[in-house]
Amino acid sequence: MKRKQRFTTALLFALVFLASCAPSTRQILATQESQVKLRAIQTRVFDATDTDKMLRTVIATLQDLGFIVDKADHVLGAVSGTKLDQYILRMTVSVRPRGDTQLLVRANAQYNITAVENPEPYQQFFDALSKAVFLTAHPVD
Amino acid sequence: MVNPVKKNTVFRLWIGIGVFWLIFAGCAQTIPEEALQLSIESLEDRQLQTRRFHTDEKTLLSASAAVLQDLGFNINESETELGVIVASKQRDATTPSQVVGAVIVAVLTGAVMPIDKEQLIRASLVTRPIHMDDTDKSKCRTAVRITFQRIVSNTQGQITRREGINEAKIYQTFFDKLAQSLFLEAHEI
Repeated sequence: MKRKQRFTTALLFALVFLASCAPSTRQILATQESQVKLRAIQTRVFDATDTDKMLRTVIATLQDLGFIVDKADHVLGAVSGTKLDQYILRMTVSVRPRGDTQLLVRANAQYNITAVENPEPYQQFFDALSKAVFLTAHPVD
Repeated sequence: MVNPVKKNTVFRLWIGIGVFWLIFAGCAQTIPEEALQLSIESLEDRQLQTRRFHTDEKTLLSASAAVLQDLGFNINESETELGVIVASKQRDATTPSQVVGAVIVAVLTGAVMPIDKEQLIRASLVTRPIHMDDTDKSKCRTAVRITFQRIVSNTQGQITRREGINEAKIYQTFFDKLAQSLFLEAHEI
């Protein structure tokens, strides 16, 4: 009997300890993946130069995927959108020139309260975007 | 012999831990597979949410902003360089059927059932030039796509519904109003 009691007490302590050693502020700069890997997952290069046109295509693609656009900035080259389907999916896509002949498109997404860090959803997004611009998306070398 | 009362406590504690784990495991949700996949419906939705007008982008944008104001939306964000307007409004969300249901439950059981109370309706409107003509505005052609979403919360302040809106009638009515607005602005009314 005593052993069981001790066990439960230990378990309770363990839970309290676990809860206390992880402050929620660590979420501010938290990522699961390494910076390099994350960028590779979230970034593609297109052989195009018209930032404006690419931004408009990104907006159209987001709309096709059921997002509504929250914000768009021509100077910054960034677009944010939200998709609601009982869940909340937020996405920000930025477009910037890479050299004189290419555009770099980066996307990052948040599903409810977690960052999306697996490659498949991004691949799907870039597939949809490639179809819309009639161009192939290259991974960053 | 094991004391039955103590045994019960230990059992409850285990259940508690189980629930605790389930809640935490529930936090680490993953994105549904179809969330970022183009479907056949995406094309249908696009057709439903898009119209083309014989006018230039600027005129269409300002006419659209006017319609959104007609409908009581407030503009949150706009980027005319990219043809984007984001607007929203907060409105009542009570439906008679829910109220009746809640009253019946209250009469029968005395319990207060939460019902939908408020909704945040968001609209984002995007224009896209198809054909541009610098000399004659009426020869220009511009497409406009609008999408609506809403977030409904109940009398206890909980969110009961988050959804995109795909009712054909709503979009049809919006574009009718937009056509009218374009007409009014062309005639400076």
